[in-house]
Amino acid sequence: MEWYLPVIWAGLIGTAVMLYVVLDGFDLGIAILFPTTKDEGERDQMMNSVAPFWDGNETWLVLGGGGLWVAFPQAYAIIMPAFYIPVILMLLALIFRGVAFEFRWVAKPHHHRWDLAFWLGSTVAAFSQGLILGGLIQGVTVANGQFAGGPFDWLTPFTVMCGLGVVVGYALLGATWLIFKTEGPVAERARRQARTLLLALMGFAALVSLWTPLAHPRIAERWFTPGNLALLWPFPVLTAFCGYMAWKRLHGAHEFTPFAFTIAIFLLCFLGLSISNFPYLVPPSVTIWDAAAAPSSHVFVLIGVAFLLPMILFYTAFVYWTFRGKVRSDSGYH
Amino acid sequence: MVIDAFLLSRIQFAFTVSFHIVFPAFTIGLSAYIATLLGLWLKTGDAKFHLLARFWTKIFAVSFAMGVVSGIVLSYQFGTNWSRFSTAVGNVIGPLIGYEVLSAFFLEASFLGVMLFGWKRVPPWLHFLSAVIVAGGTALSGFWILSANSWMQYPAGHEVRDGIAYPVDWMKIVFNPTFPLRFAHMMTAAYLTTAFVVLATGARHLLAGHRTESAKTMVRMAILMIALTAPLQAVIGDFHGRDTATYQPAKLAAIEAHWDSSKPGALVLFAWPDEKAELNRFEISIPGVASLVTHGSMNALFPSLKDFKVEDRPPVLIPFFAFRAMVGIGVLMILFGWVGAWLWRKGTVFESRRWLWIAQYTWPAGFIAILSGWFVTEVGRQPWLATGIIRSADAVSPVTTLQVAISLALFVCVYSVVFTAGILLINRLIDKGPDEISGEDAPEQPSQRPLKAAQGEAAAIFGDGKPGDDKIQPAI
Repeated sequence: MEWYLPVIWAGLIGTAVMLYVVLDGFDLGIAILFPTTKDEGERDQMMNSVAPFWDGNETWLVLGGGGLWVAFPQAYAIIMPAFYIPVILMLLALIFRGVAFEFRWVAKPHHHRWDLAFWLGSTVAAFSQGLILGGLIQGVTVANGQFAGGPFDWLTPFTVMCGLGVVVGYALLGATWLIFKTEGPVAERARRQARTLLLALMGFAALVSLWTPLAHPRIAERWFTPGNLALLWPFPVLTAFCGYMAWKRLHGAHEFTPFAFTIAIFLLCFLGLSISNFPYLVPPSVTIWDAAAAPSSHVFVLIGVAFLLPMILFYTAFVYWTFRGKVRSDSGYH
Repeated sequence: MVIDAFLLSRIQFAFTVSFHIVFPAFTIGLSAYIATLLGLWLKTGDAKFHLLARFWTKIFAVSFAMGVVSGIVLSYQFGTNWSRFSTAVGNVIGPLIGYEVLSAFFLEASFLGVMLFGWKRVPPWLHFLSAVIVAGGTALSGFWILSANSWMQYPAGHEVRDGIAYPVDWMKIVFNPTFPLRFAHMMTAAYLTTAFVVLATGARHLLAGHRTESAKTMVRMAILMIALTAPLQAVIGDFHGRDTATYQPAKLAAIEAHWDSSKPGALVLFAWPDEKAELNRFEISIPGVASLVTHGSMNALFPSLKDFKVEDRPPVLIPFFAFRAMVGIGVLMILFGWVGAWLWRKGTVFESRRWLWIAQYTWPAGFIAILSGWFVTEVGRQPWLATGIIRSADAVSPVTTLQVAISLALFVCVYSVVFTAGILLINRLIDKGPDEISGEDAPEQPSQRPLKAAQGEAAAIFGDGKPGDDKIQPAI
């Protein structure tokens, strides 16, 4: 039990983070693409394509953060102070992003500042998430179970690159979502943008795949030990294949598959990073077993998860089903 | 007082949590009100209920968004600013927060989409059900948060090893001794607060000359709610006070500014408690009444502040004055609600300009009372963060003063801009009123439309009859 519980919880939190990245990724992505049109109707259409979902999507971030505290309080207590500035930046940016959904409509016709808040908030939130991701990969200084580094340890060329990579990746999710959910000029422009973004994202993925093993021997060892390599080679190959498929589908008339392949790329990259760092929750020193909460706490919440998570997935699917199809103009409450 | 990461983190948490609590308090009440309106509309078919539900939904959407974004900040601040607290009590509090997210947060956030955007996408019963689920979700969210907070006030069901709390009995943890009444007190406060906002809105419209049925309905429903829940809240508050006497005697002594345990507690109407001299200056008090209220007898003795070591005492000024503000507002609420009920019974409530004039300015009453109440309970818990387990001063994260200074400055700037804008926008929505007042969305009002179109709308709304523009469309 003592050994399995942290593994189960790591899987759960990984799932929550992955769902957050994909679901809120396209919300943030359409906002990142907001300045690429000046047309009012098109912006309405873009925002409406995510308006009924964004709140539920963002909740996965709360589950990711809350879940980390539930299951690995020690890791939560190290990561949050270590990334104090990017976490606060992300929270403030998400405030602007979140309220822009409502304020923009109420403030019309004087809503341009909220368009700016929507774009800037989403872009900064995405960039901060990339900084945190990069900072975790490069490692956190820990002493006596506490964060012991400096306030700007998270700011390095590598983390900035990860920040840019996440912005590009979310923009791609947003663009492929727009291909799926809208029609007309919005969808056409998104298709053009998606091609460039796809190339850029694949570039970032390749860069991270080279940079991390070169900079961290433990990651090189994980991937290139002969026994491991025999097992792990499908991950990069599959990622490249999904990139290729997304590229091909973007050049046809496909509406859903570009989005699906983009999700697959995200999933594979996420798995790849997990493989690089397992079993460390806070590389390079704190493992999931070091950071785990009391087994009783793990079990108590797992019981709830067993009942509630399927329900959450069910009614999340119900909401997406309710607002299925292309964006229509009649569903607002404004 | 030293300006360090600890002090700034306290200010930051107090600032962000105070801003936050205003919105959930309002949306807990408002979601229940909207669900009630939709239920009444389904039952009676009276268009005014539909009109009101749509009107309040717009305001709800703006308020809810502000509650969500300010709430996420809190769930991360436990880690960013109070990491030692997170470690010390994470085994116990973490799961409560986890349950809040799993059982309530997802529920409200997901069905909110249906509630806001589903007017024409789903059948009316399902839309109503979504509103009920959102209302239930907000209340359930309150359940877990209040459970966690009450546990911090008076921990139970745990054991401490090496400074870290471990769960022993989850039932005792979730339903810790001060939780039930604290939860009842907060929920009632939320409903009461919302009732005053609804009342003020109705009064404002009536005074502006919009003598519409919807404005009158708001005033009537609000009076009914206030006349019933304001006195109920006083009773709950009284029981909650006795809980405090039992479980948090130091807090009670601070509230009552009680310095001498050899005498029964006096009801201090006014004083300036002097913490250095350990006495009250300019005191006006009624002897024995505090003992009577908290312990049931004029002669009962209870611990005073001097019975606690100086380092174990909470600050006195804030709990003392905030408590009096809360109770004072509560008493005025009861009186005002009863006068309103009496005017209503006389049939003159819509003509009583003086009462309506006051009513339009009562909307902040509940918010101020809620904030005051939280100041009492949170400051009164000091110097502990989780009573007996970890002191606030030992809970702060290993972050630099400069970092917290920057983040606090950013929070103050961003919150000032965003929440000022939000409140101004809500104010604008309230001024505009339901569509029958603004006339902007005239087709909503069946009487101004050709009968046939109105029938079409009714058919679309009730889901039977011929297809119209509003009919639920098949999926692509």
